[in-house]
Amino acid sequence: MTEPMLRLAGLTKNYGALCVTDNVSLDVPAHELHAIIGPNGAGKTTLIHQISGSLTPDAGHVLLEGRDVSALGMAGRVHAGLVRSFQITSILPGFSTLENVALAVQAQAGSSFRFFGRAANEEALNAPALAALEEVGLGHRAHVRAGLLAHGEKRQLELAIALSARPKVLLLDEPLAGTGPEESAFLIGLLQRLKGRLTILLIEHDMGAVFALADRVSVLVYGRIIATGTVDEVRNNPDVRVAYLGEELA
Amino acid sequence: MSAQPSSGGRSRLEFLVPLALFAVLALFPLAATYGAQSHLLSLATRVVIFAIAALSLDLILGYGALVSFGHAAFLGIGAYAVGMLGAHGMKDAALHLPVALIACGVFAALTGAISLRTKGVYFIMITLAFGQMVFFFAVSLAAYGGDDGMTLSGRSQLFGMAWIKDDRSFYYVALGCLAGAYLLCRSLIGSRFGRVIRGARENPVRMSAIGFSLFRYQLVAYVIAGMLCGLAGFLLANQTEFVSPAYMTWQRSGELIVMVVLGGLGTLHGAIIGAAAFILLEEWLSGLTEHWKMIFGPFLVIVVLFARGGLMGALSKVSRHD
Repeated sequence: MTEPMLRLAGLTKNYGALCVTDNVSLDVPAHELHAIIGPNGAGKTTLIHQISGSLTPDAGHVLLEGRDVSALGMAGRVHAGLVRSFQITSILPGFSTLENVALAVQAQAGSSFRFFGRAANEEALNAPALAALEEVGLGHRAHVRAGLLAHGEKRQLELAIALSARPKVLLLDEPLAGTGPEESAFLIGLLQRLKGRLTILLIEHDMGAVFALADRVSVLVYGRIIATGTVDEVRNNPDVRVAYLGEELA
Repeated sequence: MSAQPSSGGRSRLEFLVPLALFAVLALFPLAATYGAQSHLLSLATRVVIFAIAALSLDLILGYGALVSFGHAAFLGIGAYAVGMLGAHGMKDAALHLPVALIACGVFAALTGAISLRTKGVYFIMITLAFGQMVFFFAVSLAAYGGDDGMTLSGRSQLFGMAWIKDDRSFYYVALGCLAGAYLLCRSLIGSRFGRVIRGARENPVRMSAIGFSLFRYQLVAYVIAGMLCGLAGFLLANQTEFVSPAYMTWQRSGELIVMVVLGGLGTLHGAIIGAAAFILLEEWLSGLTEHWKMIFGPFLVIVVLFARGGLMGALSKVSRHD
C-alpha cells in the first residue's frame, strides 16, 4: 500500500479537563476529498489548527507524504504543501484583491528579500495571481480593495489565496460559511473542479455540499472520530444518526 | 484610515507633496541668507536630521506596526560613535559613518532578535527597556563625559580635509542624506520585502498561512531602520559638535513617535512634515512661553482627534474636496 498523502496519528489536545481532540487518527489518500462533519463544538476547527500548525497538540503527529511535519511552524508546513483556509475570512483588507493573491504567489516564488523594484509591477507574480482569481471567478474584481469585497467574494478570494500557495493538501475550514445560495452553488462547482487535482480535507456544515463533494466522510463528536466511511456508510451508521444527523435524514 | 479606495487625487498628492517638500528644503538656505540668520539655518538642519530619524521610525512603525519606544537609542549610538572615535583622535567621516552604522546595525539585530519575539504592549516595553539600557550605559561613561556629555573637537573630516566647515554645506550634506534615505525607504516599501512587511501589519496570521516566517523580515526591517537612525545620529553629533546621553532619553523616543504620528503614519513624507512641524512648533512656542508644553500637548490631542492620518491625512482630505 502506498503512503497516504496526509496522516494524522493520535492527535490529542486538552484544555484543562476538557479534551477537545481525543486521539484522532486519520489517513487521507492522495486526491481524496475527505470531509469532516460534526456538531458545533465537536473540535473541528481546533483539529484544523493542529494540522496547519497554528496550535501545538499535546500528543500525536501530522505526516505529509510519510514525512513528519509536526515540528514545523505554520509557514514551514505551507512550504511542505499543507495549506489552510480560514472559517472567519482572513485577508489583507488594505491590499487589492490581486495583491492578496500575488503575495501568496510571491511566498512560493523565490526570495522575498528583494529590496528594489516594485513588487506590484512584477508580471511573474501578477499573471499567476490573476489566473487564480479567474479560476475562482473574481478576475473582474482584481483591482478592488479586498476590504471592499462582498462577503461571498471574500470567500472566493480566500480560496484563490490558498490555491496560489501551491498546496498538496488543502485544509478548508467551512469555505461556504455565510455565503448565499448562488455563491455557495458556485463554490461547490469550484470545489468539484478542484477535486481529484488536490487532496482536500473539508470541514463544512452544509450537508448538501458535503454529500455532493466528499469521497469519504469522518464524523467528529466531542473530539473523537466516531465513524469514517463513504457518504452512504456514514449516512446509514446508527451511531452517527443518533449523535449528529438526528431527525434531519431519518 | 478612510475606507475610500485610493483615488487619482491621492496618488498625485503622493508624488507632488515630496517634490514640493524637497524643493522647499533645497531652496531654504537661499532665503535664510537674506535674513542673515544663521540660527534659521541651524534650525533647518535640525529639522532635516530629525526627519531622517522620524523617517526610519516610520519604516517600522508606520508600515510594520512595530511600535518601538527605544528608537532614540540609535540616534545616541550614531552620535557617540562620532564622539568616542573623535576623543581618540580619529576624526574621519570615512571611519565615523561606517562605525556608526555598523554599531547601530549590530545593536538592532541583537535587541530586535529578542524584542520581536513579543507583541503589542510587550514590544513597546522591551524596546523602551533596551533604550534605557543604552541611556544609562552612556551616563556611566565617565571617560566620555558621563552625564554631561562631551564637546567634540570639530566635525568629521573626509580623508583629512575639513569638508563641511560651513553651515550651509553641512545643511546640504544632511539634506542629501535625507533625500537618499527617503528614496531608499520608498523603494523598500514598494519592493517584495516591503510588501511582506506591509502585509504583516494588516494580518500576520494570514501572512504565516501563505508561508511567510515574519520574524526574519521584521528583524531585517528593524535593522535597516536602526541603521538609518544611526545616520541621523552621526549628523546630529556633527551639527552640534556635542554628544550627550540626552540624545537617547525615552522622552526623545517619544518625540520621534510624535513626529511620525503628527505627520501621518506610513506615508514617509509625512514623517518629514511631522519632524518639521514638531521642531518648528517647539521653537516657536518655547519662544512665546516657558510653559510651551501646555500648548503643545492639547495641539497634539487635536491633531490626533480631528486629523486621523496626521497632517498628511488632513492634506489629502482637503485635496479631495476640490
